[in-house]
Amino acid sequence: MALFENLSSRLGRIADAMRGKSRVTEKDIKNMMREIRLALLEADVNYRVVKELTDEIGEKALGAEVLESLTPGQQVVKIVHESLIHILGEEEKLAVSPTGFTVFMLYGLQGTGKTTAAAKLGLHLKERGKRPMLVSVDVHRPAAQEQLRVLAEQAGVERYINPEEKSAAVIAQQGIERAKYMMCDTLIVDTAGRMTVDDELMRELKEVDDVVKPDERLLIVDAMIGQEAVAIAEAFDRQIGLDGFIMTKLDGDARGGAALSIRRMTGKPIKMVGTGEKLRDLEVFHPDRLASRILGMGDVLTLIEKASDAFDEKQAQKTMDRLKANTFTMQDMLEQLEQIQDMGSMKEMISMIPGMGQRMGNLEVDERGLIRTRAIIQSMTVRERENPKLLNASRRRRIAAGSGMTVQDVNRVVRQYDDMLKLMKQFGMLGGKKGRRKRLPFGSGFGF
Amino acid sequence: MSVFEKFKHGLTKTRDFVAAQFNRLAAEFGHFDDDMLDELEMTLIQADCGITASMESIDAIREHIRNTGDDSHAGVIGALYETLSSMLTERKLTLERGKLTIYLMVGVNGTGKTTTSAKLAQRAKREQYRVMMAAADTFRAAAIDQLKVWGERTQTAVIAHDMGSDPAAVVFDAIQSAKARGTELLIVDTAGRLHTKKNLMDELAKIRRVIDREAPDAKLETLLVIDATTGQNGIIQARAFNDSVALTGIVITKLDGNAKGGVAIAVARETGLPLVLAGLGEGADDLQDFDRELFLKAILPEY
Repeated sequence: MALFENLSSRLGRIADAMRGKSRVTEKDIKNMMREIRLALLEADVNYRVVKELTDEIGEKALGAEVLESLTPGQQVVKIVHESLIHILGEEEKLAVSPTGFTVFMLYGLQGTGKTTAAAKLGLHLKERGKRPMLVSVDVHRPAAQEQLRVLAEQAGVERYINPEEKSAAVIAQQGIERAKYMMCDTLIVDTAGRMTVDDELMRELKEVDDVVKPDERLLIVDAMIGQEAVAIAEAFDRQIGLDGFIMTKLDGDARGGAALSIRRMTGKPIKMVGTGEKLRDLEVFHPDRLASRILGMGDVLTLIEKASDAFDEKQAQKTMDRLKANTFTMQDMLEQLEQIQDMGSMKEMISMIPGMGQRMGNLEVDERGLIRTRAIIQSMTVRERENPKLLNASRRRRIAAGSGMTVQDVNRVVRQYDDMLKLMKQFGMLGGKKGRRKRLPFGSGFGF
Repeated sequence: MSVFEKFKHGLTKTRDFVAAQFNRLAAEFGHFDDDMLDELEMTLIQADCGITASMESIDAIREHIRNTGDDSHAGVIGALYETLSSMLTERKLTLERGKLTIYLMVGVNGTGKTTTSAKLAQRAKREQYRVMMAAADTFRAAAIDQLKVWGERTQTAVIAHDMGSDPAAVVFDAIQSAKARGTELLIVDTAGRLHTKKNLMDELAKIRRVIDREAPDAKLETLLVIDATTGQNGIIQARAFNDSVALTGIVITKLDGNAKGGVAIAVARETGLPLVLAGLGEGADDLQDFDRELFLKAILPEY
């Protein structure tokens, strides 16, 4: 049995074995339920939740037309997927206090990414017209407050720290006063983490809680966490009372099954997800996408969104215009390359394609091809980029030396450019009057 | 506290959990049948031991019962102990006087690399070794400050550049400095990185190359730091880091927390890499050499 196989292929195998049989038996369904159980456990969904889920799904599968279906595997996947979406619930908005001063408090174990999440949340709210202030009441970890200060500066958000003060509650009080003085309308309180949910931690958190009276108590959960997620979330919920949680480090390849477990066991919603190391990488949570991810079925919607984010429409139009005017230059080719690179690493993109997911784990994508091509074009003069016909042997030697490549490499890029030009002319003619097609005609000739 | 008590103390929750499940099963049935073994399998999975390791353990117990007819409480735990034990390898980290050893600490974000580095420095200092730390986490805000604070507390020299500088350059300088000062242990604290980020993994490989080139005679330990709360992703992490920098050992941290630490078994089973250190508490003395026997004794009920 391959490890971390996605659910589709797991069930596909069983369905293949079933094909040709005149009837699907209850035993077949039982086998499928076992595969579902394993897939969910591998995704770190809590065991109790898995048990409940497979019972529910089993009933649904027996009730539905799975048995008569030509593709029972796909039918079951659909049922599972829908069940997961149902549990994960709707997208939920962050609270805004009617008093005009909203307080967020972030909790979590050590190393889950509280401070980074605080800064990301600050930037997120700032970009939506709020005036947030960050305050760190972590009086334990060395340089924790300094970390918050640096991140807040990067985000361009107000902050208050007081590394000399030993009492978290006192810093919290000072933070509120400072925030009000600075006319901020939102306070984000970053708390200290612990290895474990202990009484001392809870007491300290409650003290801060009493001072700041948070409107939104958010637990920060690492996407890589295992079976213990539920116990931790329940402990925080019982002792402090949570309003929701933020799942971090979803830019890795952890399936994030903990989100499902916590949602199911605490009933509290996932409010945001952290998807990268940059401060802008905090996104609204989409239940359908996470459901696909937990099942290892890729994340098509994110892929599409990333693509449309990276492709600047104006840029695309400009390319089309230049193309029609027959003035597509090396510079345009360079800009297109940069857009492709903006979409993220190729490996990351491929991993989002359904069915490619985990099985492509060992795939080596040569992203250097793109980088090399870029380096070569960047070593050309502006005139050469505008008019590649100028590129004689001597110029090509200079470009090769300038970009640290060989003349053959330069020739290859020029050939790619020529091919692209030809291809695009065809496109341009085909596009004809419509002319507004957004599809970018980048070809297969980039050497990646 | 003895080392065993430390393990036991750190893993109390796990032990209570596994023991309670066992005792409940034993009390209900007295001997082990298929349903009970299924439940036992789930107990292991709930401790994050991973599906493969859990299934193999249960198969081994079945085999044991079939071969010996012994389905008693003690027999089953004994068979379980044997199987889990065969999946785990341990190795002790050693230092040599007058010779440079380098610890390259790697791992995903938030596993406790900086804290572990500091504890390792303290431990080596106590044994009178000449120790130095390199702040090669130039990415995370204030990571350098965090290491410097630890450097002051443990009276260890810290080689650092500015935030955002090339970590390989920090390592280069640290090695030159270590050679000049006759340092015996250089601990390189790197930035946490998700193993899916190719450019960051390449950066790590570059650090590794710098070490190989600049200190070819030094003994290098490439240590993956894994947080005990990690689930099945730990396996993928270990594989990816192993591919990029060739690991020599696994450090499992935060074992005293809520986690049951079964990921240690899952990772060891899948990669064959030895476990070298266990973080059993927040104190400096709570970083211990990983001890397979103590670890298993601390999580399994007595028999």
